[in-house]
Amino acid sequence: MNRLLSLAVPIHLVHLAPVDAVIVIFYFALVLAIGFYLKRRSNTSEDYFLAGREMTAWIAGLSFLSANLGALELMGWAGAAYQYGILAAHWYWIGAIPAMLFLGLVMMPFYYISKTHSVPGYLKLRYGESSRALSAISFAFMTVLMSGINMYSMALVMKVVLGWDINFSILISSITVAIYVGLGGLRSAIFNEVLQFVLIWAGALLIPILGLIEAGGWSNLRLQIERNASAEYTHLWGTLGSFNSNPMGIHWTGIVFGLGAIISFGYWTTDFLVVQRVLSAKDLRAAKMAPVIGAAFKMFVPFIVILPGLIGIAVLPMKLVGESAAVAGGGHSYNEVLPLLLARYCGPGLLGLGVTALMAGFMSGMAGNVSAFSTVWTYDIYSALFHKNANDRQLVRMGRWSTIGGVAISIGTAYLVIHFLSIMDYVQALFSFFIAPLFGTVLLGMLWKRATAAGGFWGLLAGTVSSIAMWAWVKVDPSALRYVALSPYARDMAENMYRALWSWILCVVVTVVVSLLTAPKPVSELRGLVYGETEIPSEGELPFYHRPVFWAGAVAVVFIVLNILFW
Amino acid sequence: MHSEGSISIWFFIGISLLGNGLLILGAGLYQLVHPPAEPVVLFALHANVWWGAVLAVAGAAYCYHFRP
Repeated sequence: MNRLLSLAVPIHLVHLAPVDAVIVIFYFALVLAIGFYLKRRSNTSEDYFLAGREMTAWIAGLSFLSANLGALELMGWAGAAYQYGILAAHWYWIGAIPAMLFLGLVMMPFYYISKTHSVPGYLKLRYGESSRALSAISFAFMTVLMSGINMYSMALVMKVVLGWDINFSILISSITVAIYVGLGGLRSAIFNEVLQFVLIWAGALLIPILGLIEAGGWSNLRLQIERNASAEYTHLWGTLGSFNSNPMGIHWTGIVFGLGAIISFGYWTTDFLVVQRVLSAKDLRAAKMAPVIGAAFKMFVPFIVILPGLIGIAVLPMKLVGESAAVAGGGHSYNEVLPLLLARYCGPGLLGLGVTALMAGFMSGMAGNVSAFSTVWTYDIYSALFHKNANDRQLVRMGRWSTIGGVAISIGTAYLVIHFLSIMDYVQALFSFFIAPLFGTVLLGMLWKRATAAGGFWGLLAGTVSSIAMWAWVKVDPSALRYVALSPYARDMAENMYRALWSWILCVVVTVVVSLLTAPKPVSELRGLVYGETEIPSEGELPFYHRPVFWAGAVAVVFIVLNILFW
Repeated sequence: MHSEGSISIWFFIGISLLGNGLLILGAGLYQLVHPPAEPVVLFALHANVWWGAVLAVAGAAYCYHFRP
């Protein structure tokens, strides 16, 4: 998307009326007001980095989901649905729901009971300082770079959609995020994520409703998609029998084992950006319920993301094309399908709300990254390596400074990307290198008592290095794709799936082998950290409809029904 | 979240929905009286009128229920 946007078409897609501008200004004013209001409630490190651990399951759950529901996500996956059809919904269903439920029911008790402030913090408790340092430094580095990419992407989208100057967008978004996260910490980030969640639904829900009305209902929409694209675009599983029988060039094993079992579990259970939101829950039951609530809403996000992409195939008068073709021919790319539909259906007022929802998504993405960076920097780097005896006041002060520092580095990254566009591809690839092996390390740490400090460290390192090596191998020799992704026809997404799978397997194998060759940790040091040595508090005499496992079961049933319905 | 002496997040959500709803409703009513020269697709449904009203009512309910 960004290559296209950087060479943007000279005319912008929508024109804001005065009422739209008022709606945008109203959003910025509200966000800043929330930041200033919450400053007085962010005095201790527990307040600043974990929002006082007093969030209800609903707020933690919506924030957990919202941290992943940025504008790049909305526009990118709507574009993917236009390009690949309903297959893109896999990233919302099998690519999220099982992992979110697993986090809530199985992993959350260990994170919560250990009272850790971060995922690297858990690694320190379970494996020791070296695993924490490896995980914290890579996470902090990548998170702040991702924040810069968010900032850059927002500036470019605003340039294409509204014709705004790039420097103006970077300045406004960075100052706003620095103020509201710097003042209110995680609590402020969470408040704004929940606000963003509501704005996104309020701003985007009309598009699929009006689109379905225009297309004449779901059945007619399918017929029009079959006519304008092909029947394969409306099947979720039916076309995944071979690599070349579906628009994505992927096999069902890649979706099930690569995406469903490794990438999604890695992201949703170990990426501190999302896990931090659940750690802010007020008690263990709320911490277990939050991912279940997040999963329930996640299942319906395709309605405002994937469905618009499909509607675009049916109703848009022009044919959208890939980035390079759009740049060469001056047309519109897949990723513009959402703004094009926004302009098609939304008059004054609604257009402002839609644009505000996109901005809120971008800023929330930045704020999420910056608040997670600030926590990991303060707890797992600053107080672990540089100032071991820092008191509470010093931690909060460092949290505020690192928030500002994180925003400053993000601005630097944004301008770096403007001049060296390929950095963006590398950063996104780099981010994926750490996720799958980290899931192997954390999972073994939680479920296998015998895993040792040396096993954890070497497994994590081996998984990460192997992932980088496979990526570099395919870059240098594209024919290596037949080995890494099991097929020469595999596309980028399929390659990512299989690379994650192999790096996870290698991480697990190395962790197990090294652990068996090294001395185990005393059982007394594993209490509260490992299955079998941790007493999970009973939920008492709660009625069944208050139990997380009941609602997880209900979500799982709906998940299965949806997959069968769109098979 | 609504601890003692604090403003609930849902109150802020209510303000956002109420403010945006009224602005969208107002823009929709203006377009009813002065139809645009280049209307959007399905303009006849007047989505900004009813959607603005829905948001405003939901926002007002949230503001009232979660008032400080």
